[in-house]
Formats: sequence, C-alpha cells, structure tokens
Amino acid sequence: MLDLPVLELEGVSKHFGGVRAVDGVDLAVARGEILALIGPNGSGKSTIVNLICGLFPLTAGRIVLDGIDISDTPMHARVTCGVARTFQNIRLFGQLTVWQNLWVAQNSGEQRRQSFARRWLGGSRGARDEIERTLEFFGLAHKSNELAANLAFGEQRRLEFARALSARPALLLLDEPAAGMNAEEIDQLDNRIRKVRDDGVTVLLIEHHMELVMSIADRIAVLNFGRKIAEGTPAAVQADPMVREAYLGAPEAA
Amino acid sequence: MDFYLGLVQIIGVHTLLGLSAYCVLLTGQVSLAQAGFFAIGAYVAGMLTVLAQWPLIPALAVSAIVAGAVACAVGFPALRVKGLMLVVATVAFGEAVRLFFFNFTYQIQAGTLHLGPHGAEGFRQIRYFPEHGWSTLDVVLFIWAVVVLVMAGLWWLDRSRVGAVLRAVGEDELAAQSVGINITAVKVSAMTVGGFIAGIGGGIFAHYTTHIEHAQFGVVLATFAIAYPILGGLSNVFGTLLAAVFIQGFLIEGLRFMGDWRNLLFGGLIVLAMNVRPRGLLDAGTTRALKRLFAPGKERSGA
Repeated sequence: MLDLPVLELEGVSKHFGGVRAVDGVDLAVARGEILALIGPNGSGKSTIVNLICGLFPLTAGRIVLDGIDISDTPMHARVTCGVARTFQNIRLFGQLTVWQNLWVAQNSGEQRRQSFARRWLGGSRGARDEIERTLEFFGLAHKSNELAANLAFGEQRRLEFARALSARPALLLLDEPAAGMNAEEIDQLDNRIRKVRDDGVTVLLIEHHMELVMSIADRIAVLNFGRKIAEGTPAAVQADPMVREAYLGAPEAA
Repeated sequence: MDFYLGLVQIIGVHTLLGLSAYCVLLTGQVSLAQAGFFAIGAYVAGMLTVLAQWPLIPALAVSAIVAGAVACAVGFPALRVKGLMLVVATVAFGEAVRLFFFNFTYQIQAGTLHLGPHGAEGFRQIRYFPEHGWSTLDVVLFIWAVVVLVMAGLWWLDRSRVGAVLRAVGEDELAAQSVGINITAVKVSAMTVGGFIAGIGGGIFAHYTTHIEHAQFGVVLATFAIAYPILGGLSNVFGTLLAAVFIQGFLIEGLRFMGDWRNLLFGGLIVLAMNVRPRGLLDAGTTRALKRLFAPGKERSGA
C-alpha cells in the first residue's frame, strides 16, 4: 500500500491546436513526499496542474490517483477524490468572508457524507473547529469575519492555501505559492508546507523560487518544452547538464 | 383606502417575484424566465381553485411545486449557456410559456358561466377570495404573511452554508469547481427554488386580480423580476423588498401624476440609482452600518 504512488501521470499530453504544451509526461508522486516541478516559463508546469485538477481534458495519456483512473472525472469530483489546488493568480471568493471561504470548500468525501441538514443548514461543531484550527495555523484567526477581498496580498495567498486544505486533500497542488512574497513570508510558507506534509498530505509544488524549492523538495522534476528532462534529488538535478542548458542556454563551443 | 391596499398587494406579490430572481441571481445567472414560472403558478393555482374547487393553500403549494419542477427541467439545458446567451434562452422560454397560455383553452360549464382559461381572452372569474368572504384587508394580510415566511426562509438559507456556496458560484465558477462545488447542481437548485417562489407569487397574483391573461406575463414582467434584486443589491433579501417598494410604490404609483412623462423619469431614476449605488440600494457597507446602529458591539457576519 505504501509503495503505491499517490499520483501517477502516464504519457500525459495536452495539445492546444499545434502547440504541445505538455507532451508525453510520465510522473509518479510518492505518498508523503514534496515533489517540486520546475522549468522555464512556458514549459508546461501550470498546464500539468490544470490537467491534474481537471480544468481541461487530456489529449492523451491517463491520470491515476490512489490507483483509480481519474482522467475523465469532472473537476469538482476530483476534490472529493482527494486533489486540491491553489492558483498562480489568486482566485478567492472576494465578497465572502475569510471564514466562508473555508466553509464552502469543505468537500472531502467524508465531509460530503454528513447528513444534509448538518452539512448545509446547521454546520456541525466538527466543521467549525476544523475551520478555526486551519485559520489559527495560517495566522488568519483574527480576520475570520473580514471579506477576503479586503485582505493584504500575503494574507490572500495564505487564505488560498488554507482553503485548499479545507477539503482534506491527499494531494495538494501548489502553483507558485511564493510569487510576490517577501523573505519572511517565504520562510513561513516553507514551515507550513513542511508541517502540512508531516500531517500526511502529499505536495506537488510548482515554484520559480529556487531557494525554497531546494530547501523543501524531496525530489524535483524538470520540464522543458512540455517534456520531462530530468528527475531526482535536488543535488542531482542541480548537477544535471540538461537542466543547466534549459535554464542557462547551451554552452558555447570553445 | 382600497387604492393603497391594492398597492400593498402589488408590492407583496412583486416582492415574491423579485425574491425568485434573487435566488437565481446569487449564482451569477441573469434569468428572464421568472415571469414564465410566475405565469405557470398563476394558471395552475387558478385552475385548481376554480375548476377543481380546491382550497387556496393546497392550490398554492401545488402551483409552487409545478413551477419549481418546470424551473428544474429548464435549468439543466438553460444553465449550460452563460451570460447573454442565457438571457436569450430564458427570454425564449418565458415567451414560449406566454404563447402557450395564449393558445390554451380548457373550460367547463358551470350554470350559465364558462369557467377556466380561454386562450387570448384569458382566465376570468378566479373568484376564490370574494366567494369565501375575504376582505381586501384579509387578502393583504395573507399576502404579507406569505412574503414574511418566504423572506424568513431565504434569510435563514442565506446565512447557512447554502448562501455561501451560492455566492461562491456567483463570484467565480472556476474557483468554485476547484474547491469541489458541483456548479451545475448548485445552479439548477437555485433555479428550482426560484421557480418555486415564483409559483407561489403567481398563484397569489391570479387570485387577487381575479382575471389573468397571457399579456401580463411578458418580457416587461420578467425585466421587473430581475430589476428588484439588481436595484436592491444582493447582500440580503431586504434589498429586494426595498426595491419593490421603491419601484412599485414610488416610481410607478407615486409618479402617476406626471402622466406619460412618468416612464421617462422612471427609466432615468433607475439609471441614477444604479450610478449612485452600483452594488444596489442595500449593499454590504450599508448593511454593516445598519447592524452597528442597531446592535453596537455585536457585529458578526458569516459564522
């Protein structure tokens, strides 16, 4: 059971017209690891996240979550299967309060099995406690009645992270969570991602901030032009000539 | 006096119509089908009390269920399209309903009278209230009891997780799906509840006017239906009530002395109101200010 990867991509492709945004990528994410997906701009990282969460259909290949093929599962149902995400450009419900943003996101299989009245009308004590704990963890407890649109940028990023966790995902997709954050905030983010992983959530991280990636990733996969060009430990990936070439360009002939 | 009681009746029924559009509008859908559901409610309730001799309350319940069922059935195909296309699709539905009743005749002989809908001539003699000795005041009280019940129900739903989910869908459908909300189910449910409320409103309308015909349920009525929640604001149900009072009580009746110039001023004032208060008469800021005024130090929202 433990050997079974949480997520497997098998020959996953996505073509937009003639553009091969993602082209035959195989990738396995092991349970409990932090896997970072890096690559130059336009290499297909966000497209992979969008394919995993079901934003658009695959051109070819399949996506397997916990041994179950979810390639044709609609987007909302994949959350119930255990996949949650954040967005590169924040997409909160701005006119809802911080509290409500987490409330509407409680859509795990277990949460869905509550009785209709508990889930929709009353709100169980368990659900309330869970929201309070999550807000506490993200340092947003004092903002719980604030409209999400009125939060500062860093708080909005944290709230989106918190919202993704509200559905108790097995696999969390973080799409550039450090973008626009200062050093202190990135430090806190680093700690929070580790803590979430220690609580049993597998993390697929897309990030340009190399310091963060090298610090927390157990493994790194590198994409370029929609193909996977390297995969391994941070040290191995850093030393890989293909990766250096993708980021820095081909070395000139002496 | 009767004039004012009549006005209060109109405002009550139009509040119900506005609330039906409010439910749908919360999910970000502009529906011009509400007049159609209202018409279905009116004809069904009228036929039940006149032709089948049902008491009023069960007749209203059935008209609400029928209108809700039709709204649910219409919701599935209609909500696959968005924005302007949805407006076009719902206008088409509303007109189809109107034209159905334009052609619909089902009459029975009762003594010298022919009772029941009669195509273009409409459905006359829906005389439940006078036959059962209800005074105008009784009718007014009955209408407003229903309005209060519906508003209380919606207010409560609005505070629950249902309201938060409806608003989440209205704000960002993609984000809603990404947190696991089935947006089709949510939108169709909102449409069904909206149809249900419009059905009640239509049923009451048929009984206090005693005479209904297809022309009353056209695009103009559908436009009024969405004008109330849009003008009133979507922060809570009282906005819709306020807008119904403002439009029916002030703009339509209050300006009657101006004759044909009234419609011009009517349009102008709506445009002005929307410019001064783009989020509606009763927006989130005003609601918060009122709360602070009436319950200082106890402000809570959401939880």
